[in-house]
Parts: sequence; C-alpha cells; structure tokens
Amino acid sequence: MSLSLEQSPTTGDEVITNYTINFGPQHPAAHGVLRMVMELDGEIVERVDPHVGLLHRGTEKLIEHKTYLQALPYFDRLDYCSPLAMEHTYVLAVEKLLNLEVPLRAQYLRVLFAELTRICNHMLNLGSHVMDVGAMTPNLWLFEIREDCLNFFERASGARMHAAWFRPGGVHQDVPLRLLTDIADWLDTRLPQLFDDAMSLVVDNRIFKQRNVDIAIVSRDDAVAWGFSGPMIRGSGIPWDLRKSQPYDVYDRMDFEVPVGTRGDCYDRFMVRVEEVRQSARIMKQCLAEMPEGPVSSSDRKVSPPKRGEMKQSMEALIHHFKLYTEGFHVPAGEVYVATESPKGEFGVYLVADGTNKPYRCKIRPTAFSHLQAMDFMTKGHMLPDVTAIIGASDVVFGECDR
Amino acid sequence: MTVHHPAPRYAPFDGVLETLTAALGADIVSAIEQHGEIVIHVVRTRIVDVLRTLRDTHEYQQLMDIAGADYPSRAERFEVVYCLLSLTKNHRLIVKVSTDEATPVPTVTELWPNANWYEREVYDLYGVLFAGHPDLRRILTDYGFQGHPFRKDFPLTGYVELRYSEEDKRVVYEKVELAQDLRQFDFMSPWEGADYVLPGDEKAEGAKP
Repeated sequence: MSLSLEQSPTTGDEVITNYTINFGPQHPAAHGVLRMVMELDGEIVERVDPHVGLLHRGTEKLIEHKTYLQALPYFDRLDYCSPLAMEHTYVLAVEKLLNLEVPLRAQYLRVLFAELTRICNHMLNLGSHVMDVGAMTPNLWLFEIREDCLNFFERASGARMHAAWFRPGGVHQDVPLRLLTDIADWLDTRLPQLFDDAMSLVVDNRIFKQRNVDIAIVSRDDAVAWGFSGPMIRGSGIPWDLRKSQPYDVYDRMDFEVPVGTRGDCYDRFMVRVEEVRQSARIMKQCLAEMPEGPVSSSDRKVSPPKRGEMKQSMEALIHHFKLYTEGFHVPAGEVYVATESPKGEFGVYLVADGTNKPYRCKIRPTAFSHLQAMDFMTKGHMLPDVTAIIGASDVVFGECDR
Repeated sequence: MTVHHPAPRYAPFDGVLETLTAALGADIVSAIEQHGEIVIHVVRTRIVDVLRTLRDTHEYQQLMDIAGADYPSRAERFEVVYCLLSLTKNHRLIVKVSTDEATPVPTVTELWPNANWYEREVYDLYGVLFAGHPDLRRILTDYGFQGHPFRKDFPLTGYVELRYSEEDKRVVYEKVELAQDLRQFDFMSPWEGADYVLPGDEKAEGAKP
C-alpha cells in the first residue's frame, strides 16, 4: 500500500487530514486484481473508487471471432471459481435461439453439476471471507470439500476447472455410474461432516460476528436500485432466486428452499451462502434419485456431434462430425438475453446472432459489476478493516468482472 | 412457436407488448416479440422518460445490464441495449436506442445508480457518449488506452502490445507484430452468395474491355 498525505483545505486550529491510500491491485484480501483508491479520515472510509479492468482480456470480442462451440471454453475462464455455471448460461442462450430440445438426462446432469459448482464456489468464498476477517482453520477444511468437487469435475469432464462440459444440446459425455454413486456417498458423509465442522467454528463465533454483523447494511430498496442479485439481494431480505422464479432445465422439478437475510449485513450474506450449500446438496440428492437413463445430448445432428462409434459405420455421421468441428452450426438471426442464477448472482448473456456460425455480439453480464460499484456506498463510514469483510461478502471474482 | 428449449421460463408475455406499445405511444420506433423476448426500440432522446415510465408504472424495477453493439452498415451504427427485469411481474424486457459516434445518449444514472459503470463500459468499448453522465471515464481498458476496441473496425489483435523491458526497467508499449497473419475463415458456401476471388482472376477481368 502506498501512502500519501494530503493538505487539508481547512484552516485555523482544526486540522483534518485525509489520507488517500491504494488498496491493491496486488492485495491478498482483494480477491484478485482489484485496485481501490480509498480516501480515509483516520481509519474511517470516506470514499472508495474501485478501479477494475486489470484483468480485461476482451473475451466478448474474441467470441465474435469464434464459432459458437469454440466460444464455449471462454466462459469457463470468466468466473474461474464456478466455471460450469457460466457455461450453463451460454448454452441455454444458444439453445434458446435454436429452440433446441435437450434430453432429460442431460438436463438433470447439468443441474447436478451446476449445484456441485455452487458448492465449490461457496467453499472458496466462505473460506476466504472467514480468512479475510482473521480465522485460518475453516478455510483449510472448506478447501478439502472444494478439492473433492474439483475431483468430481475431473472425473466427469477430464478437467478440474475449465471443464467445457456443457454443450449446446446437452453435455459432452455421459458420466460413469460409479461417479454418481460416489457423489451420493460424498453428499451423505464427507460434505456434511466437513462443512458442519467448519461452520461450527464460525457462525456463532464472537469475533466473526463482531467483524460482520451490522457491517454494510443494504436496504431492500437499495438492493433493487443497485441491480443486486443472488446472495446479495437475498441477504437484503428479498426472496428472489432465478432457479425458483424463472426455472431453467429441471429446476422446476426440484424441491428446495430459498434462504433470505433479515438485516442485509455481511453476516446475513454469509449465512445465506451457508444455507445455500445445504440446499444445493438437497437438489443434488434429488437429481441423483430421479435421474433417468437415456441420451445426454441432442439427437439433432446439425447441432450436436455423433458418437465416435457411429462415425466408424456411417458416412453421414462422419460428414456431420467434420462439418460441426470445422464450420460449426448456424444459429438463426435474433437476439436473446438469458440469465441464470450463478453462485454469485444473476449471470446473463445477451447474444445477438446474425444467422452465421459465429455470434455477432455476445455481451456478458457479470454479477460483480453491480456489486462492486456499490462498494462506495456500502463502505462509507466503516473502518478500513471492514472493507475486506465487505469485499469477501460480495463475492467478486475478476475473471468475470473484467471479462 | 412451440418451446422446446430448457432456457429460463418466466411469466407469459400475454398482452404485455400491446400494453407497452399503448403506454409508450410515439416514443417507440419498433416493438417486436421474438425468440420469447420483447425487444422495444425507442427514440434516443426519449430514453430517460421511457425507462422512468417502465420503472415506475410498469414495475420493471431492476436494470440488469446495458450492452453496446456495433452495426457499421447502418446510418446510426451503435445500439445501446438496456436489459430490464421486473421482480414483481417476473418479466424481462429489452429496450434499445441507436446512435452514432457523435450523438450522445441521455444518461440513465439518475434512474438507476448502477447505470454508471455500465455506461462507462459502453463508452470505453464503443465510444458512445452519454450526456449528463457524472463520471465518464474509461473502465475496462488500460490507463491511457486509445481507441474503442469493440468496434467492428478495430482489429482483434489491437494496435499495441506491451512487455517489461529489462533495459528501461519499466513496461514499454510497442506496435503489435505477428509472426503469422491472423487467419479468419469464411464459411459461406457459393450457394449462399460467397464471392470467391482466385488469385489471377483480376487479369482476366482487366483483359475484357
């Protein structure tokens, strides 16, 4: 942190000295490359100007130059804490433009892994939030769960983080049966044990409460006006969850509760995420119990490629495979805005198709953009160390914020 | 159209388009419902009033996103797209205006404070100006960046690249040098009107008259 002393404009006896300090861009509590120029009066935050864009890679422009399938892996790299949730929005947007039917088993698999992603994301966020306010142990235990999640991703897709497993029309490959039974075992044994142990150290902890209760209270009206979504809007007491109100895939068949906060402070946002982990586990159990047998990707060969075995026998399958992996599929002209409930909030894709095999425009609506620009009003009047708690509770990730 | 896709299902749009067309009247340039989305194109100068009406009387409380888009072939090449969400009616709405490089769009930061960064982003990436915006700085690109990178005429590779220079002990900016030209394939087939020019063809053209 660099420190510079400013001359106070006041004259006479009373001398007020405001400091301007630079928080980040390389700061362990900034959760990435966030630079915040903060004006402090002693230790009280007067004004915050977050500078974002240090991780801007021009993803949206790159996507305009790729086919629809080639654009998919970029979504893994947006919010690298919850890669499959990002893919989910994109494939749904493409499917909406194509009006493509997706087999039921693929929808169940997507919901199963989207919820696993939610658990995975919350483990990182809850753990680092706790560590930002001074506790060490829970983070290490939560990372054990996260490690398990990443192993499950690897067994399904071959990649621990950047899965590229959801595809327009379904998922890339079916999962081995053993993986599903292992997930079921894990949901019954390891997850509740580790998670409850870690949370028992935190939720009633006096120090943790002192650092979070009544910090950055956001009223319902403010949450709506600032475009909050996800745990941030629910923490403020508005029961708004896109999985419930605008269900996609098979979420309408799932039975789960939407936790809401009562005071709208950092502690409420934390507790909303804690309960969401339990609800996600509940959804995953229902998915595992109800999942039907059947194909995992669309039978429309103009969109989803044939199986390898089929290609050895059928000339048509070979042609389809070749065309899909060179030219890709064409999407009818039109524009859609599709948003899903990513672990961090509403993640949206505004996709404009012009009838060719490449998106004409793909605007990504990051969750962090609204939450981060509210930093100024949320931190005003709080102490400098509270800023880390507020960042932790807003769950920002810069891969997604800066795109 | 039968809905086959599993994308988010919100409350049905029965009569919404007619209600909004009647309420906004002459401010509307065009209003269509396609792919299960309502897209309303409005007059640029009236955008603030339109969005205020939509927010206050038609319950579209949240501004989720503002997207820019560039269509160089049009007279007014840029589109600014506002994505609205109604928490009470469970609807989404796309409202858009068009503009060019020089004409500013009225800011909506007075209606929604979070429009601030969204408009800064559209300004940064497309160069669309917003009249009345309190703080129209660049947001995503580098400090001191020049140009508007998401315009269709801005090259994908950009114009400058940077590296750390051991001699100067600082980051230096240099002109982009590519070892190989960036390859762009065009997948139009001759039946769709692709006009292939084979090397040498121009000689035949020249010899004709």
